[in-house]
Amino acid sequence: MKRLNGIRLPRKKRTEEKPIKPIPLPALVRIPMLMHSGTPCTPAVRAGDYVTVGQCIGTAPDENSVPIHASVSGTVSALTEYCTVTGETVPCVEISSDGEQILCDTCTPPVLESRDDLIAAAKASGCVGLSGSGDLTFQKLAAVKKPQILIVNGAECEQYLSADSRLMSETPEQAVGGIVLLMKLLKIKDARIGIQTDKPLAIQRMTDACKDEKGITVCPLPPVYPQGAEKVLIYHTCGIVVPEDQTAADMGILVLNVSTCAFLYQYAQTGIPLVERVVTVDGDTIDKPCNLRVPIGTPVKELLEYAACHTDRVRTLLCGGPMMGMLLDSQEASVVRQQNGLTAMRRAKSSVRESACIRCGRCMEVCPMNLMPMELNDAYQRRDPAALQAEHLRLCIDCGCCSYVCPAHRQLAEKNQQAKLLLQKV
Amino acid sequence: MKHSTETVSPYIRSSASVQRIMLCVLAALAPAALAGCMNFGFHAVLLLAVTVSTALASELFFRAFFRKRQSIHDLSATVTGLLLGMTLPPDLPLWEAAIGSVFAIVAVKQVFGGIGKNFANPAATANILMTVLFMKDMTVWRLPMTGEAVTQTTLNGASATYWDLFLGNTAGNIGENSALCILLGALFLWLTRTASPIAPLSCLGSFALLTAIGGYDVPAQLLSGTLMLGACFMTADYTTAPVTRSGKCIFGLGCGVLTFLIRHFGGYPEGILFAVVIMNLLTPYIEKLTRPQPFGAADSPQKQKKRRKKKRAAV
Repeated sequence: MKRLNGIRLPRKKRTEEKPIKPIPLPALVRIPMLMHSGTPCTPAVRAGDYVTVGQCIGTAPDENSVPIHASVSGTVSALTEYCTVTGETVPCVEISSDGEQILCDTCTPPVLESRDDLIAAAKASGCVGLSGSGDLTFQKLAAVKKPQILIVNGAECEQYLSADSRLMSETPEQAVGGIVLLMKLLKIKDARIGIQTDKPLAIQRMTDACKDEKGITVCPLPPVYPQGAEKVLIYHTCGIVVPEDQTAADMGILVLNVSTCAFLYQYAQTGIPLVERVVTVDGDTIDKPCNLRVPIGTPVKELLEYAACHTDRVRTLLCGGPMMGMLLDSQEASVVRQQNGLTAMRRAKSSVRESACIRCGRCMEVCPMNLMPMELNDAYQRRDPAALQAEHLRLCIDCGCCSYVCPAHRQLAEKNQQAKLLLQKV
Repeated sequence: MKHSTETVSPYIRSSASVQRIMLCVLAALAPAALAGCMNFGFHAVLLLAVTVSTALASELFFRAFFRKRQSIHDLSATVTGLLLGMTLPPDLPLWEAAIGSVFAIVAVKQVFGGIGKNFANPAATANILMTVLFMKDMTVWRLPMTGEAVTQTTLNGASATYWDLFLGNTAGNIGENSALCILLGALFLWLTRTASPIAPLSCLGSFALLTAIGGYDVPAQLLSGTLMLGACFMTADYTTAPVTRSGKCIFGLGCGVLTFLIRHFGGYPEGILFAVVIMNLLTPYIEKLTRPQPFGAADSPQKQKKRRKKKRAAV
């Protein structure tokens, strides 16, 4: 089987040996009402209300949303507004913690007996894709009508990030428990866990944990970025090519992140909704990189403080890793549900200047989808939708490899994202 | 929504830069250029200095005149100047070299928009122009040891041992006479992954095969003339050769075949530069033919038609 192209990022996983630790409870959390791709929630509490951990504070207005829960117990101090990483202004609930972390009495283990139960539970728990996408898990589960294969993404190919690999090394039984649960309820016979070969400990622990389970295989993936991208992952674990006009769901393939599986297992056991998550804090301005278990809504400032960050030197603060992450406007932002990492870097993106393409062809050689980014870039500069379509822009997975390798520092991947918006308008 | 490229990933870049690539090419050209300077003395050094400095100056003035962003720091003009100088005979009058260099930068490179936009190799094209303009001066060489002027090279009558040809103890242009130094430089480019060896190897391979079939002296033909320099450095040019791997292979094959034809059936003793420029013109078509198939892409309409026809034929 031919491997798909990609790049070898310099390995900067300083946190891979750092165990997951809980962060000291923040005095104040700000929970935005949009932490998934879909419609924002409506706040269900008022200033002055007392809330407990796991209590619903934002209700889903329609089918494109999941409820949001309080991550600390305490008093709602204010209802404010919050600007998300995608630039939308949404309501936000501020809770000042009383330090008690009293659990809400509605948190009881759900009854899980069928596929419908699972979808309902995924919705009620507020589960979203925990690897950065923020896709609604219940929609993903519902979209796969005849599930054949479950693919679990433990690739974690981004630079710096190690939250998923720590989870697989520390509590493999939770991840495997989630997979077994999904397989049982969705009647899937074949599950594959993709893990990059540069995480031998995670591979070892996961292989041991699923030794006695039937139908689960651990697939080692090459230590090349990107592996976690859906199409790449499917191809490298099962050898299946997803055609341009179909989705993985159409082909009966369900792809979930390993931490999402682990969360679903925890929810099935305890009934506590998605109120905390593991975040890797790293970057070249950070002295003590770490993996932290953080209540949702904790200001990122507290994470930076805990990780001994030189905050005055930070020019690029990212939600996620440097290849796929999104730029945070300020250190006042909150940790959101889909945030797998917090990267604080010294270098500003604007420090490099674009020059003319020299046609070296490196962008083409690294593109996992075999596209020709320089031709796409030309087509975008001409604002030519027909040419963009002929160059198969739709296949682009926004991995950013082309921008990464370009010796002329051209912003190829960035232009592709803008070109997609152009195509939407036409 | 905010849509400036500033707010879109990725936020890291590899250390590659155009400047660094060109620096690698200069380093790769250095051994052959130094060997030429040692063999042919001061005038050769002067000639290289003139081609490089005129190339830089013409790029500087052209871009200043048309108010474009300056680009000499990317070192591509330096490479062009040096490569052109290396394909010139050691006793060429300096003003003729300067004209060639200006032509290479202004008429072949900058007029089309500068680096990355030219369709033919500037050094090769300028050398062809100079061969036509200054026929007499361009065909006088000097023996490295004795300093005796000759109008014959090993391609048109002179004889030399393979060893002399390999080391560069023969009459010829400044940078092309030591095959050893050229190969060392090329090896450096291939090992640092600055350039791909596909086109050079397919060019030399196809040329050697045809030469053997034609019953000529294969090592002497391979080591003589500009072939080695042209194959190693001009067929591997980024801008004017196809970007795809199979395209590079076709490009190299074409160069090898054309060089063979020109050497043995054409009016000029050397053919690699003509071959490179002719293949440069075909590059867009080769590239179109050898496009990689996108991962999971639906077949192109032509392919679908073909498949339907096949089905019908089968029925």
